Amino acid sequence: MLTKRIIPCLDIKDGRTVKGTNFVDLRDAGDPVELGAFYAQQGADELVFLDITATVEKRKTLSELVNKISHHINIPFTVGGGISSVEDVSVLLQNGADKISVNTAAFKRPELIRELEKDFGSQCVVLAIDTKKEADGEWYVYLNGGRTKTDMKCTDWAKQAVDLGAGEILLTSMNHDGTKQGFALDITYTLSTTLPVPVIASGGGGTMQHFVDVFNNGKADAALAASIFHFKEISIPDLKKYLARNNINVRI
Amino acid sequence: MNLVIVKYNAGNIQSVLYALERIGVEALVTDDHEKIKSADKVIFPGVGEASSAMRYLKERGLDEVLKNLTQPVLGVCLGMQLMCKYSEENSTDCLGIFDEEVKQFKPTDKSIKVPQIGWNNIYNLKTDLFKGLADESYCYFVHGYYAALGEHTIATTDYVQPYSSGLRRDNFYGVQFHPEKSATVGEQILKNFLEL
Repeated sequence: MLTKRIIPCLDIKDGRTVKGTNFVDLRDAGDPVELGAFYAQQGADELVFLDITATVEKRKTLSELVNKISHHINIPFTVGGGISSVEDVSVLLQNGADKISVNTAAFKRPELIRELEKDFGSQCVVLAIDTKKEADGEWYVYLNGGRTKTDMKCTDWAKQAVDLGAGEILLTSMNHDGTKQGFALDITYTLSTTLPVPVIASGGGGTMQHFVDVFNNGKADAALAASIFHFKEISIPDLKKYLARNNINVRI
Repeated sequence: MNLVIVKYNAGNIQSVLYALERIGVEALVTDDHEKIKSADKVIFPGVGEASSAMRYLKERGLDEVLKNLTQPVLGVCLGMQLMCKYSEENSTDCLGIFDEEVKQFKPTDKSIKVPQIGWNNIYNLKTDLFKGLADESYCYFVHGYYAALGEHTIATTDYVQPYSSGLRRDNFYGVQFHPEKSATVGEQILKNFLEL
């Protein structure tokens, strides 16, 4: 049976992981390659590397890093952060990335998704959506790392993007991100049950039970988290055992 | 060992090359007929669409080269599907090495998504390609079409229905999943292939 996926996310700046980690057993937890390899060995199903570098050298440092990652990591990985053109994607895929995620640039120019699908196939195009539930009870799309609100409803954008060729949705709830109070089950459920592509839930995972809930009640295909893994609040082997005990099919 | 990866218009060639490097093996990526024919082992990778890939192979005469190879050949993902007789993906006649046909997943249950993306297990494992692996080992899959079960099936996976996740006829082997992305299980399969 196809398993539910657990995906650690690593934030990268200038080729280094940011948001400190307390992996004392790693030589250099700031090295994305070493941290990624550690997660792979622990049983992570995929990795996401999110580049938040804002300098002009970004493209070069990122492609060099992706090349290094693909030489050392034996599971699939996605690269995201500021990707805005077919050429950006081509360089990253040539250097060994399996998928790329697009966010703001795709919203501003949805045709980008179709171009990427045509050149590289939908299996490598992940649409990342940052969304927030407003007082009117609707989930809206936010851009630029959550700084810019739009009037687009999350469900409408997700559907449009899938029609254009997005192969997966990485859904981050800004209401839940960083709270450790659990994932956004309602919007995750809505997208998972109405879209024909997998949905990766992100934001709010704080306990192992939260992961059970996002798979059972949110119907997510995968769950992504960062700091709870980086700070060893939850270890991936323990999480997978817990999920298995709760009758969720995982790769152990 | 003289290991060749067939170069054509399909994705993931780079990923296969890196995976081989991780297990300490160098490979030559080429579409040169003589170099492919004289290799000790050939890997035929692939991520992409069947009809454009077959057209590309035919235009360069690679279809005849591949069909007539006598050394161990490993098709991966689209590579394996192209080694079958026929694919429903844009009604494509393929290489015909395996009699099995490639069909599109058509789930009646809407909760089952197509393409299949993620880790699934392989069982009923046959041949030394899977030597040392536990039955039900997990591998990484990304595909919307599948090869039906048949006489050449050497591994089975369940998605929508049971299908061939591995095929073999004589010196030709194919796997639907991506060994180059399937952690230690995938590395073992690549090593096994190199020892065939």
